[in-house]
Amino acid sequence: MPITWPPKLLRSPAVRVGLSISVATGLYGVSFGALSVTSGLDFWQTMALSLLLFSGGSQFAFIGVVAGGGSGLAAMGAATLLGMRNGIYGMQLNVLLRPTGWRRYAAAHVTIDESTATSTGQSDPDEQHRGFWAAGIGIFVLWNLFTAVGALAGGALGDPKQWGLDGAAVAAFLGLLWPRLKGREPVAIAVVCALATVLAVPFVPAGVPILIAAVVAAVIGWVSHGRQDEGLEPDIDPYAEWHPGHHPGAGHHPGPGSPTPPGHPTASRHNEGNGTSSGGAK
Amino acid sequence: MSLWMWLLLSCLFAYAWKLVGYLLPASLLQNPRMSRMAGTMTIGLLASLTVVNTLASGHALVLDARLGALAAAAAALFLRAPFLVVVLAGAGAAALLRLAGWN
Repeated sequence: MPITWPPKLLRSPAVRVGLSISVATGLYGVSFGALSVTSGLDFWQTMALSLLLFSGGSQFAFIGVVAGGGSGLAAMGAATLLGMRNGIYGMQLNVLLRPTGWRRYAAAHVTIDESTATSTGQSDPDEQHRGFWAAGIGIFVLWNLFTAVGALAGGALGDPKQWGLDGAAVAAFLGLLWPRLKGREPVAIAVVCALATVLAVPFVPAGVPILIAAVVAAVIGWVSHGRQDEGLEPDIDPYAEWHPGHHPGAGHHPGPGSPTPPGHPTASRHNEGNGTSSGGAK
Repeated sequence: MSLWMWLLLSCLFAYAWKLVGYLLPASLLQNPRMSRMAGTMTIGLLASLTVVNTLASGHALVLDARLGALAAAAAALFLRAPFLVVVLAGAGAAALLRLAGWN
């Protein structure tokens, strides 16, 4: 990647997408910070999650299990299982960006839904690099900044229930799930796992129903043959507003290293999804 | 073990997932079951977390103000509101329903 001056860097479409996605994603760090301290974590535990774990879904899962009275082990289980998809992203980005030396370790840390989507949505290799790093570093900085703001504000709130913060957690999880429900099959998976959870709640320790649902989902993924990229959508689609109806590379999955047989419906479905159903909310 | 221990272990495992993708040979990506499972598990876990946070109270399933939060969040998402607005809608609905006397 050639060295470029900031004004030129800001003209790069990938950098601009990356920065706008950083602001949008970073802002909801406020809700994570506030919910985390009202779930019973202290300020530094909250910051440790944002600095070291740095994966929104897993962070919300960890505090969600703790808030429900689950054990630390169950919280870790849910967070870790939810982090598996980052490994898939890592494989795709490794093919795309080929980072070496220390950059590989830095790239791994900022490998999340949004940085992957920003990078793989570009077709030019230089732009793929710029998009990944702009989104990755931008989100990391803003996510941590706004987590701190939320944690300080949440600590000053008093009774969290009076402010409806348990309702905020419900909304946050639905908000993370929503962009992944494109089509009939993901909805069916969500419904089956929700039912498994409800059936398990009265009988097993808190937090364990979530792990049971994960096992059910894994079995469905193992035996069924649907879209390979199902559920692997970013919380906020970087290209939803930037290129309506024109999605370079037809979505961020599959990457160049993954086989898409001719006639595979992924590409058309992605465009369809972007043109119609996904708005600024993603 | 203390919460700190589980928390730091979670951070370690999260980084391990991310790094493993860069260290493993790309040919593993050819295995469609891997990415299928990562995707279906993401959906399943988030659906489960939504339900637990809406209905569970210890071992009991209860219908309370959180159900209103779920409905408000769904409405906001349907209207394509940004994530932060969705969260505020959920909080606002739960707070208002409690103010109106529904716990």
